[in-house]
Amino acid sequence: MCSYIVDKVRLKGSAKGQAGWIDVDTANVFFDHPYHAMLDHALGIDFVNEREGAQQRIAVELSAESAKQLALSILVALKRGAAEHGEAA
Amino acid sequence: MSYLPMTAGIVSFEGNNGDKGEAYYARPNVDRKMGGVILIHHLPGWDDWIQEAARKLAHYGFACIAPNLYFRDGPGTPDDVGARVRARGGVADSQFIGDMAGCQKFLRAQPESNGKVAVMGFCSGGRHAWLAGCSLPGFDAIVDCWGGNVVVDDPKDLSPIRPVAPIDLTEKMTAPVLGIFGNEDQRPSPDQVNRTEELLKKLGKTYEFHRYDGVGHGFFAAERPAYRAEQATDGWRKVYAFLDKYIGPRITV
Repeated sequence: MCSYIVDKVRLKGSAKGQAGWIDVDTANVFFDHPYHAMLDHALGIDFVNEREGAQQRIAVELSAESAKQLALSILVALKRGAAEHGEAA
Repeated sequence: MSYLPMTAGIVSFEGNNGDKGEAYYARPNVDRKMGGVILIHHLPGWDDWIQEAARKLAHYGFACIAPNLYFRDGPGTPDDVGARVRARGGVADSQFIGDMAGCQKFLRAQPESNGKVAVMGFCSGGRHAWLAGCSLPGFDAIVDCWGGNVVVDDPKDLSPIRPVAPIDLTEKMTAPVLGIFGNEDQRPSPDQVNRTEELLKKLGKTYEFHRYDGVGHGFFAAERPAYRAEQATDGWRKVYAFLDKYIGPRITV
């Protein structure tokens, strides 16, 4: 399906693409046909800077299972990091 | 036995509001009149697959224009431009209809045109094909390959840029329609396909629906896991035959 569904996550950080590092303020998250990945449907994340017009993006297309593992790993890393650095995750 | 020579390349067409659009145009390179097809890409964008499909239609005897519906959102590679358009929710139906009028005009202006034009699309392009066939006069055939959101069961799937479910415009459909669907697809689901067919029957429209077992969504896409050779080959044959009947005769060697 072509879902039209895009979940916009406002964020603070940087991402690196072919043109080097850029500040990013938004992640566009969707689950739909990928452009490149050898999958029928993929979880896509486009990291962009909307304040600067979102002309560049750093993109990933992941299988559903990979995306779930990644989400869990992010939470695990944040929890461990918070414990080691004494910060709230 | 031989094969048709072919010409393919990038052309310009006049889109909605007179905007200068770009498109891929492929046709048999013979001095004969032929039917034209407007081929609509799916939501991710103007990708390799749609150019391949345009050449396939040319190989089987039709002139085919595959417009880049996202030409206003460049510069950038088709995938980056597609991501930009996705992020803001797709293109407006009203703009799309204007672009279709421009593609019709392009096809009919070509010296090889026999005056007949079909619109065909895959996935969201199938929805677009249905929408165009119900919104714009001048089509001789419509081909909807597994168009999702033709039937809209959840009003949340409507938006200011897609304000109407294409199924609700079916009464205005003036051309015969071919539908190709997978019985394991969920968008459109078999139930939605059945309801669509019931409406076509009720309205007395000319249609052909072909449903395939053992396939889901996008089963023509040879470079993806969903590809099913047997059903895809049969589906393409149904497309050629339908187009031959309504916008042909198709060019043969």
